[in-house]
Formats: sequence, C-alpha cells, structure tokens
Amino acid sequence: MSVLIFIDQAEGHIKKAALEAMSYGAKVAAQLGTTAEGIVLGSVKEDLAALGKYGVKKIHHVNNAALDHFDAQTYTHAIAEAVKASGADVVIFSNNVDGKAIAPRLSAQLKAGLVSGAVALPDTSNGFVVKKTVFSGKAFANIAISTPLKIVALNPNSYKVETADGTAEVAALNVTVETPKVKVTAVNKVTGEIPLSEAEIVVSGGRGLKGPENWGMITDLAHVLGAATACSRPVADAHWRPHHEHVGQTGLAIAPNLYIAVGISGAIQHLAGVNRSKVIVVINKDPEAPFFKAADYGIVGDAFEVMPKIIAAAKKVKGMA
Amino acid sequence: MKILVCISKTPDTTAKIAFTDNNTKFAQDGVQWIINPYDEWYALVRAIELKEKDPSTVLHLVNVGTADADAVIRKALALGGDEAIRVNADSHDSFYIASQIAEVARSGGYDLVFTGRETIDYNGSSIGGMVAELLGLPYVSLASKFDLNGTTATITREIEGGEEICEVALPVVVSCQKGMAEQRIPNMKGIMGARTKPLKVVEPTAVDALTSIVSFELPPAKAGVKLVSADNPEELVRLLHEEAKAI
Ligand SMILES: Cc1cc2nc3c(=O)[nH]c(=O)nc-3n(C[C@H](O)[C@H](O)[C@H](O)COP(=O)(O)OP(=O)(O)OC[C@H]3O[C@@H](n4cnc5c(N)ncnc54)[C@H](O)[C@@H]3O)c2cc1C
Ligand SMILES: Nc1ncnc2c1ncn2[C@@H]1O[C@H](COP(=O)(O)O)[C@@H](O)[C@H]1O
Repeated sequence: MSVLIFIDQAEGHIKKAALEAMSYGAKVAAQLGTTAEGIVLGSVKEDLAALGKYGVKKIHHVNNAALDHFDAQTYTHAIAEAVKASGADVVIFSNNVDGKAIAPRLSAQLKAGLVSGAVALPDTSNGFVVKKTVFSGKAFANIAISTPLKIVALNPNSYKVETADGTAEVAALNVTVETPKVKVTAVNKVTGEIPLSEAEIVVSGGRGLKGPENWGMITDLAHVLGAATACSRPVADAHWRPHHEHVGQTGLAIAPNLYIAVGISGAIQHLAGVNRSKVIVVINKDPEAPFFKAADYGIVGDAFEVMPKIIAAAKKVKGMA
Repeated sequence: MKILVCISKTPDTTAKIAFTDNNTKFAQDGVQWIINPYDEWYALVRAIELKEKDPSTVLHLVNVGTADADAVIRKALALGGDEAIRVNADSHDSFYIASQIAEVARSGGYDLVFTGRETIDYNGSSIGGMVAELLGLPYVSLASKFDLNGTTATITREIEGGEEICEVALPVVVSCQKGMAEQRIPNMKGIMGARTKPLKVVEPTAVDALTSIVSFELPPAKAGVKLVSADNPEELVRLLHEEAKAI
C-alpha cells in the first residue's frame, strides 16, 4: 500500500505544482495510514532526497535522459511501472498541462477511476470521495471512485505547500523507454514571465483599457507585485495581448491568491475562469459592472487615473521606492 | 482521410447553475443546450476546414448521449460534417464515455480523432487521453494549431509558460483549444442540409463506470465588496497588504 505522487519537472527543476501534489499526497497517505512515495522522470538538477520535506518517504527515479522531454505515452508507461514498484493504491497528479495529458491515459490503462480538478482532500470516511470543480468553477461535485486503484489530479493553487523535517530515500527505477511517436521540433517559451497557471498574483486587463498601447499599467503593476498578466477574451481576440493570456470559460481557468481586474466588466464567461481566486480586486469606472458582485475589494474609478497611484503605493510596500 | 470529431452537449455559458433531488442532479429547467464551445469553435471548425481543403475527406461526428442530444448534434451537422453517430447512453463517467468513443473510432478506422480541451460543465479534460490510450495512439493535448502534410500532422500545443511545435504520424488523437480555428455561424444551406444528413444511433458496449457523482454543491457566497474611494487608491494597497495579506 502507498500513495504515489507524480513529481513533475521542467528542465531539471521541480515545478511548484509538484510541491503542492506532494503535500497533498502526503496528507492522503496519512489519512489512509500509509506512506507517500514519488516518481520523478528524466534528469534533474535538484537534490531529490531533500524532497522528503514535502512528506514523501521514497522517490522512484527513472534517471533516463530519454524522458527529459515530456511525452504522454512514454511518461504513462514509466508511471505505470512505478505504480507496480510502489504497490500504490492512490496516484496523485497535478491537474496541470502534463497531468491532463497523462492522468487520463494511466486511468484507461490501469482501469483506475480518475477525478481531475480536485480541490480538497478526499473524504475517506465511507469509500473514497473527492471534491472537484464543475461548471467552470461555478460549482463543485463530490465524486466517488469505485476502483481499487484511484487517481486524483489536483488543481494547481488549491492545496497549500507544507513542509516538515525529513529526507526521502531515492531508488533508481529502470524502465525501457521507447522513442516517442510525437516528435517535438520547436519549443517557444515565453521567457522572463511567470506562467499564468502557476502565478500567485495575476493582474488582468479588459477592453476598458482602450488599446494595447495602454498595457504599461498592467505590466508595471505585475512587475512590482511579481505577478503574471492576463486579459479578457475580446482583448486576446483583438490581438492586443497574446492568446495564452486569455482567461475565462473558453480560455485558461486560474485560481491565484490575488486577481486584480482592471477595465473588465465581469461577464459570466470571464468569471468562470477566475472565480476560484482567493481575493478579487476590481477597478472599473462603472459602479454597475457585474464584476463588483464577485469582488472582495474594489475601486469605482478611471483606471487611467487610479492605476499610476496604485503602482506607486505598491512600490512603497515592496520597498522599491 | 477519415476524421472523427467528438461533440458534447453542455448548458449555455450563461445558464443558471442550480441542483435538484437533494443536490444530486443538475437543474435542467429552462436551460438552453449548446455544443460544448471547444468542440464547436475549435475541433469541428478545424475539421471542416481540413475537409474543405481536401474534399475527399470523410468527416463524422460522435456523441455519447441520449435522444435529448439530437438537437445539438443537428446544430453541429449544420456547420459541417457528413454524418453523426450517437451512442445511446447516459453517463458522466469519463472512462465509460471514452470507451464508447474508442469503440466507434476503432470500428470506423479513423485517421484523426478531435476532441475539445474540456467540457465546460464537468471540466474533465480526460476523454481525449483516455480514447488515445484505449486505441494505443499518440495523444497531443491542448492543440492551438493543426496542419496536415500527407499523413504527418504538424501541431502546436500548449506547454507550461509557452508552446511547442511537434510532428506526429497519423493516426492520432488531438484535443483542441483556442487558436485552432475561428468560430463560424451556420448558414441557411447548412441548416437545411443538416436535416437530411444521417444521424445513426448505436447501442453502447458493456463497460463499467469507474466513478459516480455523489452530490453537487455551490461555492459559499462572497461577503460583499469593500469599496475604496478613487481619491485614495493607496488605501487599496494598504488593505491588500495588511488586511488581506495578499501582497
Ligand atoms: C460562449 C462564450 C464564451 C466566452 N468566453 C469568454 C472567456 O473565456 N473569457 C472572457 O473574458 N470572455 C468570454 N466571453 C465574452 C464575455 O461574454 C464578455 O463579452 C467579455 O468578457 C467582455 O470583456 P471585457 O470585460 O474586457 O469588455 P467589456 O464588456 O467591453 O467591458 C469593459 C469594461 O471596462 C470598463 N471601463 C471602460 N473604461 C474604463 C476606464 N477608463 N477605467 C476603468 N474601467 C473602464 C467598463 O465599465 C466595462 O465594464 C465569452 C462569450 C461567450 C458567448
Ligand atoms: N458525451 C460525450 N460525447 C462525445 N464526446 C464527448 C462527450 N463528453 C466529452 N466529449 C469530448 O471530450 C472532450 C473532453 O471532455 P471532458 O474530458 O469530459 O472534459 C470534449 O470537449 C468532447 O470533445
């Protein structure tokens, strides 16, 4: 018996989402009276034993450079081997880009029930019931998994990273890796920016900003706060901002600690992508803008007048002025 | 070239979300049903474009659902596609649905299976990966561009903090999102034509569901917005720092 956590890495570095998955998995293991183990694929630049502080007791490491680049099929195969090696009855993924590609494959391969988009620890008092978001964040569903092996894909930013003393035993796992059928020919990473899905703070702009030339107030505030930037759909459609910044029902769904919406009306399709944010701040000149109903803090005012003052005050708080 | 596009039926994006039967069922009263936007705007429209480029392409749609889905399937056929297959079943278990789609895909011998990135009601983002695994095929998820060169596909897909371009030989399963195509409105000819296109109903194969819905809940209501005067935006920063401890 054990809980196995897929520890997702990029370029040798463990992702923040994986730290959340480990903390969550360790808690699930404690709940079930068993231990948490991890699986790492590919070469890493970090000390794996140190990951013990997130509650994992043992790490299975497939130290094979053929797995340095993500591939859904080869990763699923390797994780299935780790499920055997660890005798896992629960497997935890982050419901990030990688998790969304491999958790379903593993589920189908091992006939293991999957709940993706989990936001809370499972209720194990009577079976195994996991709470997940449905209707794009407008509601939750409690889903029972009826198979002996269970898979949970945890939404990023929905479980707090917890640390304690401890080191993990690192064990090499040998897996034959086939040549991936999907050949990656180019990788375009937006460098120097915080990925939206991992950001704790997001500053977002809408059509109220009138044009791309006015985005300085969004990027400046984001820079001061160490935040990622986002936008509403019409803004991306008009090519004022890149597509990957579009949040909402048809864009990315995010759940940062703080979401600051500037010149966005708060249409229901926009809210669907951001309503799981812990604190929502709305700056809009229209007091009737629907977004205020979903907000924690707000200013009814002209963004062009208010934002420079907010940026200056934020700089002071951050010791940058 | 044979393409299969997976079409699901979801409540309209503005539908009121409420539950009945002791919070175990979605309240369907007054709800308008639409084609899941990812399936319609991205998967289906891109498949139609591929058929327009190569008219010998056979384009089929598949839905796993009950007869209530027929209206939505006809709407999809009005946009394009040669015929639709509905697997007559009522399930919210991703594995059950994926198994039915995989069965249709296997017997139809498709070169390409398109799904949406996720349904906007159950938000599984799971069906595409499961179908690929059940068929033993590669899966490219979150695709924002798709081009064909003979039997090789060039696909742009989302990765954390960017995108990557990859090549894969058909057959392949692809989940589609923004960027793949632009939304289209069906024209009169399409709507008339859709009435006579075949909509085949097939019975499901026996598969056990792996999960079940126990109950639904709505998020707790917000306490209400705390407004700060536009003359004193510095106060907002102070509140975020000292009260909300968010910055
Ligand atoms: C099926 C479907 C899916 C959709 N999916 C999405 C989605 O994923 N994401 C999304 O965002 N939208 C989505 N939409 C679109 C959505 O319905 C809205 O049209 C959109 O969110 C509006 O964007 P906006 O708030 O930027 O623009 P607007 O609605 O034009 O609002 C602009 C706001 O800026 C304010 N403003 C103007 N000037 C100033 C100023 N100087 N200072 C401060 N405030 C100012 C105005 O009061 C107004 O509230 C979808 C729509 C449909 C039908
Ligand atoms: N009942 C269904 N019938 C046909 N296709 C479906 C069904 N449910 C989901 N799909 C497809 O699978 C995609 C992902 O769904 P999901 O994994 O449920 O989020 C959708 O965008 C559809 O393309």
